[in-house]
Amino acid sequence: MSATPVTREKVTPSLAARGIAGGAASADAVPSGRRVRARQRRRAQLTAWAFIAPVVIYLVVFYAYPLYRNLDLSFRDYTLRSFIDGTADFVWFDNYAKVLSNSTFAPALLNTAVFTGVSIIFQFSIGLALAVFFFRNFPLATTLRALFLVPWLLPLLVSASIWAWMLNSESGIVNALIQALGGPQINWLTSPEWALVSVLIANIWIGIPFNLVILYSGLQGIPSDVYEAASLDGASGWQTFWRITVPLLRPVSAITILLGLVYTLKVFDIIWIMTRGGPVNASTTLSIWSYRLGFGGQSPDLSPAAAVGNLLIILAFIFGLIYIRAQRRLATP
Amino acid sequence: MTHSRTWWKTLIGVLLTGIMLFPLYWMINVSVTQPTDLRRDPPNLFPVNPTFAGYSTVVSEQLPYLGTSLLVGLGTVALTLALSAPAAFALAKLRPVGGTAVNFVLLIAQMIPGIIMAMGFYLIFNSWGLLDTIPGLILADSTLAVPFGVLIFTAFMSGIPNELLSAAKIDGASAWRTFWSVVLPVSRNSVVTVSLFTFLWAWSDFIFASTLNRGGDLQPITIGIYKYIGNNTQDWNAIMATAVVASVPAAILLVVAQRYVAAGVTAGAVKD
Repeated sequence: MSATPVTREKVTPSLAARGIAGGAASADAVPSGRRVRARQRRRAQLTAWAFIAPVVIYLVVFYAYPLYRNLDLSFRDYTLRSFIDGTADFVWFDNYAKVLSNSTFAPALLNTAVFTGVSIIFQFSIGLALAVFFFRNFPLATTLRALFLVPWLLPLLVSASIWAWMLNSESGIVNALIQALGGPQINWLTSPEWALVSVLIANIWIGIPFNLVILYSGLQGIPSDVYEAASLDGASGWQTFWRITVPLLRPVSAITILLGLVYTLKVFDIIWIMTRGGPVNASTTLSIWSYRLGFGGQSPDLSPAAAVGNLLIILAFIFGLIYIRAQRRLATP
Repeated sequence: MTHSRTWWKTLIGVLLTGIMLFPLYWMINVSVTQPTDLRRDPPNLFPVNPTFAGYSTVVSEQLPYLGTSLLVGLGTVALTLALSAPAAFALAKLRPVGGTAVNFVLLIAQMIPGIIMAMGFYLIFNSWGLLDTIPGLILADSTLAVPFGVLIFTAFMSGIPNELLSAAKIDGASAWRTFWSVVLPVSRNSVVTVSLFTFLWAWSDFIFASTLNRGGDLQPITIGIYKYIGNNTQDWNAIMATAVVASVPAAILLVVAQRYVAAGVTAGAVKD
């Protein structure tokens, strides 16, 4: 940084000294050439921004503005009256205080943590195992891997409905199987101890394909000569996995897990369709709680709902920033 | 020897895929089960004595919902392409000042939970009169796809050789002309990828539909299924028949464009 002005000072006098002879002519030509170039650069920038402007305006109107309205909402007491005359009292942090002292807050936060953590652990490890399995070329591997994507492409509402029926206490296929093996009837969706497990099973099932595809592409990025060298050295399959695959896959793994975190924090459809967060609060996460406050009941309680939503966004942003940092580190090895 | 070993792997692969896809089989099985057999214990593993009554219910009751979803999906695709492709061209090739910041904001935008956007939109659409309308849903659903679209297009368009663009410039083409006649045709694959994912997300959306279109005349298919679940929990073969029909776009997507799907998933997460 400090070097730049020094060299410039050195260069300028020598240029001036050398240019004495033709000074008059070049003094005229150089600035106008520079001006033309500057004008061209400005025009190029204007053109570039003409292409980008629609998206920037869109981001302001359809991302920033809703977020601002949501933030504003969480600091006001928005009631049914507010819908009609558009006014709502500014109440500072009242909504946040109400939400934090609510008896639903602790279970919702805990459920969010458990739901996210357990989902990630299972999605990732099953996805990795499958990616390693499908990476060994065998007949039909490509076709079967493609079929694995189907659960991820289905509308979440469809997947949730299927699981709700499969886990039905009396008529579900899962209980039929358990009872055929001599087990008891489990009230998957209606008992407090199993409700969270049920939505976890469905969510893990939905997330496996995503993990599989990304980790598979990560495996493709590992140079094959590393594996050849390992097999020449007589490494076993297990050793190869722990000593080569796992360390070399670390950057891709970090991104997969962090993206999984950000996406799982957002999960709403599956839980809402299967249990509505119940029984009581057994499977209520922050997303579910926010939705239930805002749109679930007879009277919309939008302000506390917005406060819960903003707590969720803080969590998502923390993980999001970690993700972006991890991605930067991956881009510049 | 090696031949028999790989077949053993294929067998395991088929078995694993079978387990993974069992819920889909079950959806189809239940959709053709007689309503009287739905509560059988244990349930029929195979569609003995199948009925298509569920599907005729879908045709008679769900067609308006399906039509709405189709309309919303196509509208969202059009809006997303129109916004994201030009911006990506500029970000990839025109080196705008502040381009990095725009990319950063787009990356962040993808992480905002839907429920928060839904609440903001609810207030805004309430004052703009867009609640319960199709344009409102298209605008809201597009927020699911525009950042993804820009990122995919930027990744692809960065790979277009600069010589191609300079050649167009020498021929006297304007930036817009270059974009329209050179860059877009070359980027056909990424247009397909973005369109497919956008359509699928708009088609599958439930959170915006259930908050911003609670009482409209034209509601999407996700609301159609949701109403079924809420109203007549007995009629699971009709629910599952609707679910099968609602899954058709995903199935088409997988059959027609399998390679784009994998490319889209990967490009969205790991940038080259």
